[in-house]
Amino acid sequence: MATLSPIQRRRLSNFTANRRGFWSLWIFLVLFGLSLCAELIANDKPLVVSYHGNWYFPVIQQVPEETFGGFLPTEADYRDDFIAGEIESNGWMLWPPIRFSYNTINYDLTVPSPAPPSAENWLGTDDQGRDVAARVIYGFRISVLFGLTLTIASSIVGVAVGALQGYYGGKIDLFGQRFIEIWSGLPMLYLLIILSSIVQPSFWWLLGIMLLFSWMGLVDVVRAEFLRARNFEYVKAARALGLDNRRIMFRHILPNAMVATLTFMPFILTGAITGLTSLDFLGFGLPSGSPSLGELIAQGKANLHAPWLGISAFVSLAVMLTLLVFVGEAVRDAFDPRKN
Amino acid sequence: MSDLLSISDLSITFDHGPRVVDGLSFSIDKGQTLALVGESGSGKSVSALSILRLLDERHAAYPAGHIRYKGEDLLQAPEKRLRQIRGRHISMIFQEPMTSLNPLHTVEKQICETLELHKGMRGPQARKRCLELLELVGIPAPETRLTSYPHQLSGGQKQRVMIAMALANEPDLLIADEPTTALDVTVQKQVLELLKSLQQKLGMAVLLITHDLSIVRRYADYVVVMERGKMVEQGATEALFRSPSHTYTRKLIDAEPPEHPLPATSGTETLMTVNNVNVHFPIRKTLLGKVKESFHAVQDASFELRAGETLGIVGESGSGKTTLGHALLKLTPSTGQFSLCGTELSALSQKAFRPWRRRVQIVFQDPFGSLSPRMSVEEIIREGLEIHEPGSSGQHEARVIQALKDVGLDPDARHRYPHEFSGGQRQRIAIARALVLQPDLMILDEPTSALDRTVQKQVIELLREIQARYRLSYIFISHDLAVVRALSHKLLVLRQGRIVEYGDAETIFREPQQPYTRELLNAAFFYQSTTN
Repeated sequence: MATLSPIQRRRLSNFTANRRGFWSLWIFLVLFGLSLCAELIANDKPLVVSYHGNWYFPVIQQVPEETFGGFLPTEADYRDDFIAGEIESNGWMLWPPIRFSYNTINYDLTVPSPAPPSAENWLGTDDQGRDVAARVIYGFRISVLFGLTLTIASSIVGVAVGALQGYYGGKIDLFGQRFIEIWSGLPMLYLLIILSSIVQPSFWWLLGIMLLFSWMGLVDVVRAEFLRARNFEYVKAARALGLDNRRIMFRHILPNAMVATLTFMPFILTGAITGLTSLDFLGFGLPSGSPSLGELIAQGKANLHAPWLGISAFVSLAVMLTLLVFVGEAVRDAFDPRKN
Repeated sequence: MSDLLSISDLSITFDHGPRVVDGLSFSIDKGQTLALVGESGSGKSVSALSILRLLDERHAAYPAGHIRYKGEDLLQAPEKRLRQIRGRHISMIFQEPMTSLNPLHTVEKQICETLELHKGMRGPQARKRCLELLELVGIPAPETRLTSYPHQLSGGQKQRVMIAMALANEPDLLIADEPTTALDVTVQKQVLELLKSLQQKLGMAVLLITHDLSIVRRYADYVVVMERGKMVEQGATEALFRSPSHTYTRKLIDAEPPEHPLPATSGTETLMTVNNVNVHFPIRKTLLGKVKESFHAVQDASFELRAGETLGIVGESGSGKTTLGHALLKLTPSTGQFSLCGTELSALSQKAFRPWRRRVQIVFQDPFGSLSPRMSVEEIIREGLEIHEPGSSGQHEARVIQALKDVGLDPDARHRYPHEFSGGQRQRIAIARALVLQPDLMILDEPTSALDRTVQKQVIELLREIQARYRLSYIFISHDLAVVRALSHKLLVLRQGRIVEYGDAETIFREPQQPYTRELLNAAFFYQSTTN
């Protein structure tokens, strides 16, 4: 804290002055932090096993079934009654609060899946008998990670392209704008459908394909800001001081464009999350079996008699997007120099 | 109660804040000119707008006072009654002719609108009246101007159209809010003379709002001086100017810049030579990018500048003075030669010129626009140092502190942002930014035009003092001849990109050789010469 300059301190106090955004950030960080440790919260392996005085940590190490008196050299299935009974009688094991991972199928259901919420499956199960609570936690994590990565990457590309076009103007601007017009005319959804028939789209594949199109969102805003600002007197003053183009762009014009960028960022982030969700919903997203909120919504739609599916997906998406927009507003306030 | 308009104990607040105008009282008789004088922020314009209740009443409130027009309290009048008064009995002209006319309507439509509204005139009758009005305000060939759009008119012509609109219904009172501030000196004089003659012809009262005391002295019968929302003094013009009783009034009157520059340090060597510099701006290009038509902004500019000396460049707006300044800094491409200390600069590329930039610095006109709003004062000032003199941040900080002291600012202010400073303080920051690099030459592009007279004087004093201390050379660009006179040893008069006259400043001010220079000087010092 001691190294903060008065300016940064003021930005910080502006940020905290927006109570809603400040608390949203904390809530979001806690949720995100928890979801990063999803393996410790929802898993089909116990956290600690004590067996015959030996300690095992199945979450981070693979323990073969033979160790616990089984017959197979493959990893132990701790949910299996025989293994569980063997361990319990010769020691103990500590389970995470949710005893299912995102892909664990609950074979012990007494009702046909999708099963309604119960003491075992807090939010019920989906139509393949997988625990919804576990899938929401993992799905939240993958959505946020995807959204953040896509936002950062497309902001970097978009700001750079917009800055170059706006600052140099002329031919660079002319050809850049025409290229963007053509490029934005390409139908992204069909491209994705075609691509997903050629390759199995993974996290990185999807990110790459969506990045190809999402960088254009910021270009217009940043370009307009640079076109405007390059004739400002303080930019001229900076040139008269002998600054090179790169420094002028970064130090003098970019901070101006940052307000526009930052106001857009929550929208890009929420857009990226909803984009991924809708692709998953349509079935062109992450490989089947991955925990995804879109897939959960699709299940909710297919199983209207099981409202816990749709409601869980809706609530988690709504909470996540709302928190992000509130945080975005507070960030924008923090960088506003006219605010005291 | 024979007064046309009487204001008593008027107070105005915004959003229940402090009183912006507090206890203002004055009255105007028929045919009288009353001047409301004060610096920016003193509440003059707000008071003027309140007479016609033009302030946004969702925010503005009138906790006390009365505004009586012929005995009727306008503060109590319903909106419908106010609409009858506005434009018919009391009309108003604004400062900014560029933005106070609707760009999408022709001159005829704008003038006829108020005629139709208040007098029900339309068709050929309104057109005839419209022509009369344009003739009255001295617009040449009014028939052809009826169908013109505002962008086709010059600044002076726009202001004349504004006046024609205001006079359309022969009001009893005309409120003129800084009517000439945005205009060139020669045009300024014409517009003021026009207002004066119209006032005599039509017998209306004028409430003139201005910060320029020389105008007041010539045109007003009665003066009200305002400071920070409070009226500090009022009285008949002559008496008030002869013996101002309040210190603030005295300060305003004494704010005239000094008449002569400090003598330049003697035996000085040539610093800058400029030879046949030309600037062209392309207007039209062919498909292949070849320039078809271009605007010659600066033609064959040549001059010499010695170390420790000031060259004043004067001219009306559009005369190319700023362009010439920018060309010397290579902010605008130009042809011709200019050299600094014998080194040819015009041939250097932008990159090769960069190290030279520390020796030639610039201060811009707009103290609000020339400082990056997102950088602290310290960041702004030290930026040039970081490029030209890589060193420890401690050394840089010491230099920043020294520069702030040099321009008379508190070094502790360096962590604050520009928007926390007043116009004059910001201009000092801009000067500090240039000064910290220890340049040989500073190009001052209208550095005082956006400032109040009293602040202007302080900045001029500062510039004179710095010049003497560091033996700086200045190129001082301005349209304000009184300010130029206070600083310049040499003078260069520009008109439409051409040098009209160039030589020793003292000589030119005393005996201008060219008719244009004479006209310019006459318009600028005309108010003083008639009153002194």
